[in-house]
Amino acid sequence: MSAQYHVSSNPHVRSASSTSSIMMLVVIALLPAAGFGIYNFGARAALVLLVSIASAVLTEFLFGLYKKKMTITDLSAVVTGLLLGMNLPVTIPLWMAALGSVFAILVVKCLFGGLGQNFMNPALAARCFLVISFPKQMTDFISTGKGALDAYTGATPLALIKAGESVSVFDMIIGKTTGTIGETSMMAIVIGACILLLAGVIDLRIPGSYIVSFAIFATIFGGHGFEPAFLSAQLAGGGLMLGAFFMATDYVTRPITVKGQYVYGIFLGVMTGIFRFFGPGAEGVSFAIVLGNLLVPLIEKVTRPVPFGGKGGKKNGK
Amino acid sequence: MAKLTFVGGIHPYDGKELSKDKPITELKAGSVCVFPLSQHIGAPAKPLVQKGDTVLRGQKIAEAGSFVSACIYSSVSGTVKAIEPRRVASGDEVMSIIIENDGQNTEVEYQPLDIQNATKEDILNCVKEAGIVGMGGAGFPTHVKLSPKDPDKIEYVIANCAECEPYLTSDYRRMIEEPEKLVNGLKIMLLLFDKAQGIIAVEDNKPDCIKILKDLTRNETRISVRALQTKYPQGGERSLIFATTGRKINSSMLPADVGCIVNNVDTITAIERAVLEGVPLMERIVTVTGDAVKDPRNYKVPTGMSYTEILEAAGGFKEQPEKIICGGPMMGNAIYSTDIPVTKTSTALLAFTKDEVAASEPGPCINCGRCLEVCPGRVMPSRLADAAEHFDEETFLELNGMECCECGCCSFICPAKRPLTQQIKSMRKIQLAKRKK
Repeated sequence: MSAQYHVSSNPHVRSASSTSSIMMLVVIALLPAAGFGIYNFGARAALVLLVSIASAVLTEFLFGLYKKKMTITDLSAVVTGLLLGMNLPVTIPLWMAALGSVFAILVVKCLFGGLGQNFMNPALAARCFLVISFPKQMTDFISTGKGALDAYTGATPLALIKAGESVSVFDMIIGKTTGTIGETSMMAIVIGACILLLAGVIDLRIPGSYIVSFAIFATIFGGHGFEPAFLSAQLAGGGLMLGAFFMATDYVTRPITVKGQYVYGIFLGVMTGIFRFFGPGAEGVSFAIVLGNLLVPLIEKVTRPVPFGGKGGKKNGK
Repeated sequence: MAKLTFVGGIHPYDGKELSKDKPITELKAGSVCVFPLSQHIGAPAKPLVQKGDTVLRGQKIAEAGSFVSACIYSSVSGTVKAIEPRRVASGDEVMSIIIENDGQNTEVEYQPLDIQNATKEDILNCVKEAGIVGMGGAGFPTHVKLSPKDPDKIEYVIANCAECEPYLTSDYRRMIEEPEKLVNGLKIMLLLFDKAQGIIAVEDNKPDCIKILKDLTRNETRISVRALQTKYPQGGERSLIFATTGRKINSSMLPADVGCIVNNVDTITAIERAVLEGVPLMERIVTVTGDAVKDPRNYKVPTGMSYTEILEAAGGFKEQPEKIICGGPMMGNAIYSTDIPVTKTSTALLAFTKDEVAASEPGPCINCGRCLEVCPGRVMPSRLADAAEHFDEETFLELNGMECCECGCCSFICPAKRPLTQQIKSMRKIQLAKRKK
């Protein structure tokens, strides 16, 4: 017998994109918002981001050593750490950021079987865990514009609106307001979202239905009717944009069916509205998404696609 | 006007420029030819010759085993050396007739059909006797396709000239070099179906073919040429019927159920030769290409010839290949040795210096949903593969696993490089075997 060649089942060609290339794109798309956060809140923001990323990767690394299966090269831990960091206030004690990352990677992801097996978005689950455990530190926002050192405690645009005050819409779109590190600049988030949309990593099904249904809900139940200033503050002033484009679209924890994605987006819009307008806090995005995550299996079950040509019978014939 | 197409599909690198401008070259068979008795879907053929018999080129050496089966003809003259199992492209060992070529090419006398006075039965019988099967790869006996329950319900006879598989250019060369044979073959098929329109469906990456065929059929009232969007698997039977007629069939239906008959370019050309020249199916066009091949070309090859000999004719390798594939990169079979005979369904021989499958380690599914998006069967490949992996037959069937057409789009697109198609295919095989019981 002459040379022996490789044998495998068809197809014999593969597309260029890989798990790590997708994760890399997500990291790149998050950079504008993260960068603006550092510009807005000062160097400590960079430190918070670094700590959360490093502890996420380290946790995954240690778990990989224990499991004898190294998974840090898929870059998913970097994404989780970065997203969590962007969801934290700049004043957070660093150990809390690290604790959040450990919780996200170890409890939410690795213990459930690693990448692809978690039923909640790790970064958001960790944020909810921190908000419940350390409510004070997690809502300790500083106002910006004076540099981080001589900053004073301020309220987020959403909190101001809830209290009946007004906020400059322009500042919110640019991001010169307060909030978590990565959520303030609608402009930077939309730039990142465009990168993901153009690269085909995400599509508008979930963000679109989420934002539109929330806007409708806010118009009806927000108590201000159709008031552009109020609506734009609701859309741009909190975690909605970051949540809609970067967290509700998380592959693992959103429905895989097309119809299901619309259902999911609408559900998130309504839940965010309920939390924001009827709940005690000003925010609602994280809890809405985490709740939505839990409903994914159900949503998928009722929105299964119809196969091409309809369901086939057992035997030939109609 | 919107492009004729289907939902889903992929755009892999098509590699056609390697061999598309190389005219068809005829190859002479080597010293030994191997004719597997099963080179079609259905019952294996029954040998008509014995060890030691002398055969002529064009002589029937095996008879169709049942209605769904096909005859086999010798492509060389010589002596039957043995009837024994031989390895074929699928990896199976199949009982084969082995003939030693005497190099004389002594031929039988061919009897063309008198087409003016032929009945429909005569034409069907001629196609059946010529041993013609679907030459696009599936190998379904053509006379069975052409004998639907109610021929009057056939509204479209579609010539599948999509050639959507990357790298393949054999159909393209046929259309460029012998377009009149394709048109005549289609006309013969239309004789069988009085109420049908003929459609020649070509992907729009072959504008030259579209032009030639349009010019050729300008005065044909029953034949039209349609340009399809270039996308894999446009030439899949279900995709093609939908793109050209808007009708949908599922796994338990035949094209005839929606009034369609689909045949591939090479098959239609074979029908033309069988009817007008009386020559049975004993040669086909094979594209020999890939980055490891010194001189990529399209060859007219006698069936039974070994791939090793074809490769030698193509000048061998310029680089040591890692993988050799019989057929296209999407649906072809990888072979570990080139000592494999060309059969009626061998569309191509590809030699790649790199095996992309071995180079990519499968990772966990990240639920990205790309497989759902590209699936022309509109099922959920990642979930089906998961069910197959856990041998969860109930879930597999509930998720319409049997509607998969095994085109390979899901495995191609998967960023986690999971072997989705392979897992689904194995489960489908098990389920199909169970149904037969």
